[in-house]
Amino acid sequence: MMGLISPKPSELKVEDSQVRESGPGAPSRMSVEDSQVSESRPGAPSLAERPEGWNRPPVMEPDGEGELLEVAMGPHHPSTHGVFRMDVALDGERVIRLKPVFGYLHRNHEKLAEGMSYLGSMPYTDRLDYICSLTNNWAYALAVEKLTGQEVPERAEYLRVILGELTRVQNHASSIGFLTQEMGATGTPLMYAFKAREKILDLFEGLTGSRMMCNYMRFGGCRVDASAAWLDAARKVVAGLPGFADEFERLLRTNEILMARTQGVGILRPELAVNAGVTGPMLRASGVNYDIRKVDGYGVYNRFKFRVPLGDHWDVYDRYMIRMLEMRESIKILEQALKEIQPGPVMSPTARIRGFRPKPGEAYGRIEAPKGELGFYLISNGGPNPYRYRVRPPSLINLTILEDMCLGQNVADVVLIFGSVDIVLGEVDR
Amino acid sequence: MKTIEEIKAAIEAAVPGAVVEIAPNPNPALPHSLRIAPECALAVAKFLRDDEELRLDYLSNVTGVDWPESLEAVYHLYSVEKKHGPVVIRMHTVNRRTQVELPSLTPIWRSAEFQEREIFDLYGIVFTGHPDLRRLLMWEGFKDHPMRRDYVAPDDFEYEPTAHDEVLKRAQARQAAMAGPAGSEAGQ
Repeated sequence: MMGLISPKPSELKVEDSQVRESGPGAPSRMSVEDSQVSESRPGAPSLAERPEGWNRPPVMEPDGEGELLEVAMGPHHPSTHGVFRMDVALDGERVIRLKPVFGYLHRNHEKLAEGMSYLGSMPYTDRLDYICSLTNNWAYALAVEKLTGQEVPERAEYLRVILGELTRVQNHASSIGFLTQEMGATGTPLMYAFKAREKILDLFEGLTGSRMMCNYMRFGGCRVDASAAWLDAARKVVAGLPGFADEFERLLRTNEILMARTQGVGILRPELAVNAGVTGPMLRASGVNYDIRKVDGYGVYNRFKFRVPLGDHWDVYDRYMIRMLEMRESIKILEQALKEIQPGPVMSPTARIRGFRPKPGEAYGRIEAPKGELGFYLISNGGPNPYRYRVRPPSLINLTILEDMCLGQNVADVVLIFGSVDIVLGEVDR
Repeated sequence: MKTIEEIKAAIEAAVPGAVVEIAPNPNPALPHSLRIAPECALAVAKFLRDDEELRLDYLSNVTGVDWPESLEAVYHLYSVEKKHGPVVIRMHTVNRRTQVELPSLTPIWRSAEFQEREIFDLYGIVFTGHPDLRRLLMWEGFKDHPMRRDYVAPDDFEYEPTAHDEVLKRAQARQAAMAGPAGSEAGQ
C-alpha cells in the first residue's frame, strides 16, 4: 500500500510515464484544451454521408451455442444507484440486448410545478439531483431570471459560482468513489471521497442551513449573504482540496484493477455522443470540447481562467480521469472566485421573488451542472404559475446510449459502464 | 449566427415545399421560434443538422406542451461544432384527441429517443417513425396521459396504505361497494 501523503507534482509525473503506453514526449493520454473551436476529426464522414440508422444500437446476434438468458438487473440491484432496471439479454457473459426501464421514482415533478407559484418549485428542484441541489437551484433561477428579465448582483453571481463549483467537486469525488465501489473496492476510495465531501457539506450547512436540500438561490440573487467567517472557512476548505485531489488520484490512477477493468471498456464515439445529446463529463471524455460554462459564459464564468479537459480514448477510464481533472479545474475557479469576491448586496433591490406574474413568453435557461446540461424551459401565460415547466434532465438523456456502450461487453462491465455515466434517479425519473 | 428570419429563408430555399413560419415569442425580449409543418419536418430537421453554416448537430431538449386546441412538441437545437444556439423549432398536432400524430425526429437526433417517449407517455403525442415508442415513466397498461391539463387522477386511493380523512371515507365506501352489503371489513 502506497503512502497516502500528498505526492509532489514531480512524483506524479514519473508515475505518469510508467503507466501510460506513450513514451516521454509523445502526446499524453489526456489532452487539456482551452480553445473554443473544436477541430473536426479528419477522416470522419460528415453527418450527411452516414447511412440511415447509423445512430441506432447495432443488432447483436447470439453465437448459436446455448440459450439466451434474460436478466432483470434491478430495480434493487445495488449498482443501479437507486431504483432503476436494465432488462439484459445475455449470451453467456456477453450482453446482446439491454433495455433500461424507468419510472420507479416518478412523481411528476413537472405537473406539481405547474400547480404552484414560481418560488414554490425552488425547494422541489433540490430533490431532482439530490447530490447537487445548488446547481439545480441555479439552473431554475437562471431560467426564471431570463423569463422575467431580472439582473443578479455581482456578489450573488460569485456566491453562485463558489457554491456551484463546490458542488461539482463533491459530485465528482463521490461519483468516482461509487465507481470504484462497483469495481469491488468496498468503501476505501468512497470514504476518501466522503471525507472531502463532508467538509463541503458542512460549508453548505453553514450558509444555507441544510447539507443537501439547500434551497438557497432566489430569482435575482441568493437568499442570505455569506459572512466573512463563512468565506474564511470556505477558503480553508478549498486550500485543502488540492491535497485531497492529489491523494485521491495517487490512490486510484495507477491502480491495476481500475486500469484493467476500465481501459477500453464502454467506448462512446464522439459523433454518436453529440447526436445522442450526451453532455457533461461524459461528452468531454469522448473528446468533444463543449462546456456550457465556456460556450454560454453564464453568470461570471468568463472572468475565470480554467481549462476544459478532454478524453481521447472515450472509455470508462477517460470518464473517471475527466472527473478527476475537472475537480482540479474547479478548485482553480474556487481559488479565483474566493479571492475576487467583493462586498455588496446579494439580492437585487428590484428582485421579484414571490407573488409575481411574468409577462407571457417562454425562456430556456441552462447551466453546466456536474452531470451535464441541466436546463429549465418555462412558458408563462401571464399567470402566477408557469403554464409549462420542463426540466431537461442530463441524467436521463445521458442514458440514451447506455445500450450502445454495453453491447458486446461482459455483464460485469455493464455495472462499470453504468456507473461511469453518473446518474441520480431523482433526476432521471423526476 | 443567422437570425431567425435568415434561418427561415435558408430552410425555404433548401427544402422545396417546406412550410415554415416564425412563431413570435409573446415576450419580445426573448428569442422567437420556428413553427414547422409536420409533413416536412424530417426534411427540415435534416437540413438544420447538416447545413454547413448552421450545423445544429445537438438536440438539447424536447418538450411537450398541452394547449387548449392542440398538443405541441418544442425542440431546442444547439450546435456543438459551431458553438451557437439555441434555435427553437416547434410542431403541433391537428387537435388534442383524435389526430395526435407528429413525425419523430429521433432518426435525425438520437437524443430525442427518450424525450419523445416521455412525451408520448405523459401527453399522448404519437411520434410516427420512432424506433421504440413505448411509455417511459408510467407503467405498461396505464391508460391516460397525466401531464394533460384535463387529466383526472383515478379514484383508486383505497390502496393507499395509510388512508385517512377524505381518502379513508372514499376507500371505505369503495370497499363496501365491492364487498356487497354484508360483511364489509373496510377501514380496519
